[in-house]
Order: sequence, then structure tokens, then C-alpha cells
Amino acid sequence: MVDLTVSIGAVKLANPIMPASGTIAEQLGDIIDLGQLGAIVLKTITPDIREGTRPPRVAEGRGATLFSIGIPSKGPDYFLENVIPYYSHYGVPLVASISADTEEDFGKLSSYITVPEITAIEANISCPNLRDNGKAFGMDPSATYKVIKSMKESTDKPVWAKLTPNVGDVRTIALAAEAAGADALIVGNAILGMSIDADTRKPRLGNVIGGVTGKAIKPILLRMVHQCSSAVSIPIIGCGGISNGEDAVEYLLAGATAVQIGTENFINTSAMIDAIDWIYSYCHRQNISRATDLTGALCHLDANMNQEEMA
Amino acid sequence: MINDLCKQSSLCREFPIEEHVCPILSNEMVNEEYRLMVVEAPVAAESALPGQFFHLLCPAINNEQPYLRRPMSIYRIDREAGHIAFLYKVTGGGTRSLAKLTPGDSLNALGPLGKGFSLPSGVSHVLIVARGVGLATLAPLATYAKRQGVRVTAVLSARHRELLMSQDEFSSVGAKLIEVSDDYGNSAPESLNVILEDKHSQDPFDYIATCGSNRLLQLAKTLCKRWNIPGKVALEAHMGCGTGMCYACVAPILNESGKKEFKRVCLDGPVFDVGRAMGW
Repeated sequence: MVDLTVSIGAVKLANPIMPASGTIAEQLGDIIDLGQLGAIVLKTITPDIREGTRPPRVAEGRGATLFSIGIPSKGPDYFLENVIPYYSHYGVPLVASISADTEEDFGKLSSYITVPEITAIEANISCPNLRDNGKAFGMDPSATYKVIKSMKESTDKPVWAKLTPNVGDVRTIALAAEAAGADALIVGNAILGMSIDADTRKPRLGNVIGGVTGKAIKPILLRMVHQCSSAVSIPIIGCGGISNGEDAVEYLLAGATAVQIGTENFINTSAMIDAIDWIYSYCHRQNISRATDLTGALCHLDANMNQEEMA
Repeated sequence: MINDLCKQSSLCREFPIEEHVCPILSNEMVNEEYRLMVVEAPVAAESALPGQFFHLLCPAINNEQPYLRRPMSIYRIDREAGHIAFLYKVTGGGTRSLAKLTPGDSLNALGPLGKGFSLPSGVSHVLIVARGVGLATLAPLATYAKRQGVRVTAVLSARHRELLMSQDEFSSVGAKLIEVSDDYGNSAPESLNVILEDKHSQDPFDYIATCGSNRLLQLAKTLCKRWNIPGKVALEAHMGCGTGMCYACVAPILNESGKKEFKRVCLDGPVFDVGRAMGW
């Protein structure tokens, strides 16, 4: 018997698998049993109603996608009246994800959606800060600190900071989020990129620049989880290119307590359910009784190996 | 008892959409540009509607795996045989890989997806206006209409006469055909307008379905308005997930108050009112 439960601070999850924000919608409930997931992370909402970026919004590379969607949002009232009721019957912790143009609006929106059905609130800080020439909040430790602080002062729900990988040293951002009181980190989000059609000489995305996701980015985000886990003491949720249970276990070993699966849900609808099963069998095979024991259980390379090889 | 019957029907299963693993029955060229792939999919054939699509997992070829699935409208739904078919043009990595599938292989098809066509009650004569790959999307509507005792007239349009296809698919269910092509000089909306006005005066149409061309969509808009009848268009779009999750496949659609909104082609469509759609 393997115990798959994990704790993200005070939040108990039945298993370490959840979707990345924006990669599930109501119709996935017609395909898989969302009740089996560790948590359900909802699509990011904003205080205002947004249409999103102009199409085309998706391009494809090898093992990678390039999306620029622009956070289309029907606003907080639609979220409270329609989205929450749909998902709350699954009996799985619901995590809201929010974004806003200013730190004050992050706080106000957190307060507005603090309802009993919501277990935690994710801060999507990869979006542009209108007060800083559109530079993402998550690219700047001080802006990150202010957003998380504003949210913590506005809600009693746990606040999870979703970091952007588009920074030089992700640890400085992780530390700023922790200092502001973040209850957990999600590491991380899409990597900025672009794609051009050589025949037409036009960018393949309407927004020109988008975010690269998919299995090709896994090594980069895995490295960032490893770096953040040695810098902070709050739990980390790994996210980036996870396709299956084995990828998820790599993230746990690197220091994550749980993981989010994103793009793979578009390709393999049972990816999250299969990953839960795979982790169970892996723990069984490895004689590990609790999935939570995998967190940070990376074995170090044998210090003598090089000498032996050279001898 | 009713519950048991319900469980057997895919329409009321707990998970009505699934990844069907479909054995390939054939996958042949039908002309120099298009291929026809027939697969065994009894459960999907039972529930699929014309205008819906499947999101296909493309197999790896030459060590290259198309990453995202590819949406493909349903060309034929054969409930009796438990088959569905796709008619497609090889245009990129995804369709090149699908073209390599042969009998003995299988295809992972997620679906059926999207909102298809449904004929309003009282409709008696449907006009189908299709060009290029739009023929593939609208062919099952002719079969569907026939089953409901509705007459069909189908305009089949192509660049060259040799590229016209699916005549048998339409005529076998009793559809009257109007074949036009650019090389014969009768495919322009202006020419079609004259032809269709004449047909309408003899035997009025009360529903229009179109797919595959912006110019034909504009023609359908005009005719629907002039004749005061409903009309639908099936849109196509590049998709990420095919299931409404990623919001990549949006198209501008007019809402009730005439304001432009981005709607998901995969979930809110692919079939939209011609009066609301703005083309693609």
C-alpha cells in the first residue's frame, strides 16, 4: 500500500498530480474523471473582461508548442457564478488562478474570490506590470514581493506564486515570494519564444511573441525547481514539460512536493490519471511507502566516481 | 432497464468523448490532392454528427512526431458498418504522417468533438454550398438530411474539374448536384448567384450549409438574408487542444448585440450561424 497524499502547507492533496492553469476546461470532465486529481487548478481570471490576443494563437515545434493566448477572461462574476459551481462537485481542492495589471488589483481580486469552495489562490505573475512598461511582475523581485504581499493582506486562503522562468536567477524571485508570505511556489511557466514562417516572412503568432511549453522545456524547469528548492523552505509545485509519471517523479526528486501537467493534456487526455497510476507503481517497485518521501530525494553522484574512472 | 439501455448508448455514457483506437481499413488517394481514410470506430460512428470532428494523434514518420493532435472533420458516418471516414489534403507534417497509415495500423482519434449540424424541424430542402475540403465536412450532412426525409441540392466547387470529388457520396443519397469549377468559369459567387436564384424560384430552399470558402460564405450570407432562411457555416482553425481548454482556435463571431467576440471553433463551433460568422 502506497500513500500518495502530499501536503502543500495546510492543503492536503490525495496525490501530487494537478493540471496546469489553462490546460483543462469543463469538457475534459466528459473525457476523464476529474475527481481522481490531487487538485483542480482553474484557468487564470482577471478583474476585467478580456478577449485575448489576435489569432493565430498557436504554433508548433519539435516536442514543443508556442502559444500566445493573452488570458481571455470572463471576469470574476462569471467565475463565481458558473466556473466554481461546475467544478466544486468533484470534491477535489479547487485552486483559482488570478492575474491583474497592478499589485492592488491582485489583492482586490483575491479578496473578491475568497469563497469557501476555493482552497488556494495561484498568482500568475508572468503577466505584464502596467506600471513598469509591461515588464512581467515575476521578472522583478520587488514587484513579485508587492503582488504576493497584497494578496496575503487580502485573503486568508493560501497564496501560491507561479514564477516565470524568463529571469536570470529564479532564486531571487523565489526568495522574494517567500519573504512576502507565499505559501507555496509553482515553478514555473512558459518560456518566451517566437516563430517565423520563412515562406511568408510573417510571424506565426498574431502576438509575435508567445510562450514555449511542452516536453522540450522540461530540463530547464527541472533545473529551476532544483535551484529553488535549495533556496526556499516553502513547498514547490513543479511545472514544465511533464508528460507522464516518470517526468513527475523527476520533479519530485528535484525538490517538488507536487506537480502540474499542462500541454500534455492537449495530446493525451489520460496523462494525469496515468501519471497517478505510474507514481503508485513506481513507489511500490522502489519500496517507498509515501509519495511525499520522494520530495528532494535526489541521490548525489558518487564523489569518488571520477577518480575510479580515471584510475 | 432504461438505465441499462442508456449505458449501451454512447450518447448518455458518463464519458461521451473518448480516445478511440481505430483500426485503419483503407487510406487511398482519391485524386492528385486528396486522400480518403476509412477506419473502424463503431462507438464513434454511433454518436458522431455531421459537422463534428475528431482530433487525431499523428504517428511519427522519419523520426519526426507531430506534437499536437490535428483536427479533422468527419467525411462519412456509417452506423451500420461501424465505420467513419476522413477526406483530407496532404498539406503539412500532420497530414503527411496520416498519409503513411495503412491497413493493420491504428489511429488514435479523440472525439466526436464540437457542435455539428442539426436541421431545424420543418426544413424540407437543404442547399449545400461546398468548396475544396468543405466537401468533406458537408458530405455527411447530405446523408443525415436524407435520413430525415429532407431533400438536398449540393453545389460542389473546385479549382479544376478533375479536383471535384464526392459526387457519388452526395448523389447516392439522392442529392441533386451542381458541379462548378474555376476552369469552367462558373464557380464565381456572381455566377452561382444566378444559378441558385433560378433553382430557388423552381423549388425553394429553406436551409443553407456552407464550408471551405470565404467567398461562398459571403454568398450564403446574402442568400439567407434575401430568402429569409437559416444558414450555417462550418469553420476551420488551427487548434491546440480541440476540447475548449487552450483558447487557441478562436474566430471572430458576432454576438446577439452584433458585437464581435472571439469564440472557440472547437467547442462553440465548428458550426456557426452564417449571419454571425465573419470568415477565416
